[in-house]
Amino acid sequence: MALGRNSSPHTNGPRSTQWVMQQVLIATVPGLIVLTNYFGIGTILNILIASVTALACEAAILKLRQRPIGFYLRDYSALVTAVLLGLALPPLAPWWLAVTGSAFAIIIAKHLYGGMGYNPFNPAMVGYVVLLISFPLQMSAWVAPEGLLIDGAIEAAGAMAPDFPTSLQIAFTGSPIDGFTAATPLDAFKHNSGLLVEQFYQQTPLFAQGHWAGYGWEWINIAFLLGGCYLLARKVFTWHAPIGMLLGLSLMALFNYDGGSSASNGSIIFHLLSGATMFGAFFIVTDPVTSASSNRGRFIYGALIGVILFLIRSWGNYPDALAFAVLLMNFAAPFIDYYTPPRTYGHGKSGTIIHRSKED
Amino acid sequence: MSDVSYGEISRNGLWHNNPALVQLLGLCPLLAVTGSVVNALGLGLATLAVLIGSNVAVSLIRHRVGDAIRTPAFVMIIATFTTCTEMLMKAYTYELYQILGIFIPLIVTNCAILGRAEAFASKQPPLPAAFDGLMMGLGFAAVLLVLGAIREILGSGTLFANMDLLFGPMAANWGLQLFGEDYGFLVLILPPGAFLVTGLLIALKNIIDSRQQARLAAIQAKPVKGSKRVRTTGAIQ
Repeated sequence: MALGRNSSPHTNGPRSTQWVMQQVLIATVPGLIVLTNYFGIGTILNILIASVTALACEAAILKLRQRPIGFYLRDYSALVTAVLLGLALPPLAPWWLAVTGSAFAIIIAKHLYGGMGYNPFNPAMVGYVVLLISFPLQMSAWVAPEGLLIDGAIEAAGAMAPDFPTSLQIAFTGSPIDGFTAATPLDAFKHNSGLLVEQFYQQTPLFAQGHWAGYGWEWINIAFLLGGCYLLARKVFTWHAPIGMLLGLSLMALFNYDGGSSASNGSIIFHLLSGATMFGAFFIVTDPVTSASSNRGRFIYGALIGVILFLIRSWGNYPDALAFAVLLMNFAAPFIDYYTPPRTYGHGKSGTIIHRSKED
Repeated sequence: MSDVSYGEISRNGLWHNNPALVQLLGLCPLLAVTGSVVNALGLGLATLAVLIGSNVAVSLIRHRVGDAIRTPAFVMIIATFTTCTEMLMKAYTYELYQILGIFIPLIVTNCAILGRAEAFASKQPPLPAAFDGLMMGLGFAAVLLVLGAIREILGSGTLFANMDLLFGPMAANWGLQLFGEDYGFLVLILPPGAFLVTGLLIALKNIIDSRQQARLAAIQAKPVKGSKRVRTTGAIQ
């Protein structure tokens, strides 16, 4: 889908795709630092592998399509896709996971649909979903966050974020130990049965040592929120889509909150600060190409992503569902656009449906 | 109308008018059962049998059946052959019959078969009609096979697994294990993979066709020998 063609007056500024993409890359830094702090060097490895693959695929496809290679590589869009995918992958993913995911994202999800600006689906999320349904075992290899205490002692090696040499070894030659996994807060919460939320929080180290939504994960989300605020301040995107999403998610959590019974779906703060909520709200939902094009449309688009996210988290098979929610709403974005045309300058309030002329 | 050459029929069925890649008919079974070579081959052979049988039968009755009732008549004929095939598969390859399930009876609704009955067999004598059925069926089965092979190799890391379902005990160890089960690219076994691989195959066919056309055009554009005129623009016709 090309960007919407609105009537004048157009804003016209010096900001280029290149500038926007650079800002996004800068804004991922706090999240990356906190992720690395809790889960080791794995995420950075993922990002490096994904970036190299994405740039190579982008160059190869551009050559095949006879487009200017340097021009498109310098707009950083492939790099942003790779970085977002790398951030979303579990830190102990084997190298071929990042390679497959970013190659699929760039070749199939981006260039087969026409390249930069024409892809109907968010490439990073397509790559993630393909990996998630193809390699569920490797995609669930999350470890316990660094510094988590279990029964008063640091947990034995095996569930803890490994050091740098071990990370390299896992990424390129496979894990020496089979059990390098631990449940994420969403996963743990989903499998709680029989305990009141309060008891569950006290008995699960992941929650007992956290403040609001699970040790480590809450800070990761806050870091991504910070990055998002930076982007908002630089006016890279408007507030409509991210706030819409957070609002949709919060309202769903509020309406379904039952005071913390054993069948609880989680409180608002739990949903806001766990899993991929903030990362999604500020880095995925705000993609200008695959979201709705008017501000009103973007608000609706974001809100519905929040609603679907809650639905799948609570009643679906997957613990987190940002990628599915985003892809579903990418489908619906043109439909939302159809009903939310912006008001044309100098005209009255626009109707709900665009009356197309016969030439269309 | 009976001046269609056999060479033309085979070229049409296998390539230029391939039911799966060009006409895009019969996509439902094509997409649904090509998760492995054995499934693809089973359905391909069943479709081939029904296609030849129905083409011959339709061709035989083409002067007796009026326009008004031809479609129901064709469907009846196709349904008869499908039922026969289904019973044969039930008798000889029962396990494969169970795996393919509803897609065997659904051959009745395969538009490729009704399409050939309507477009070719109802206007041709039995022999060309039978040959057309054979070639269209082979073209369809070939695409099924390629699709099945690609999806099986990438999706589950095997090739020719479980061929004994179709060929009996002697084929029990035909299967090749190419890489570990854990590393299968599962999305290719799932429905999206069928669409993806089919789309890529169609793209590949289009590339080959356009290259061939460009080559032909280049050959035809060569100057005719003996031409004395000097031309500065365009090609000599």
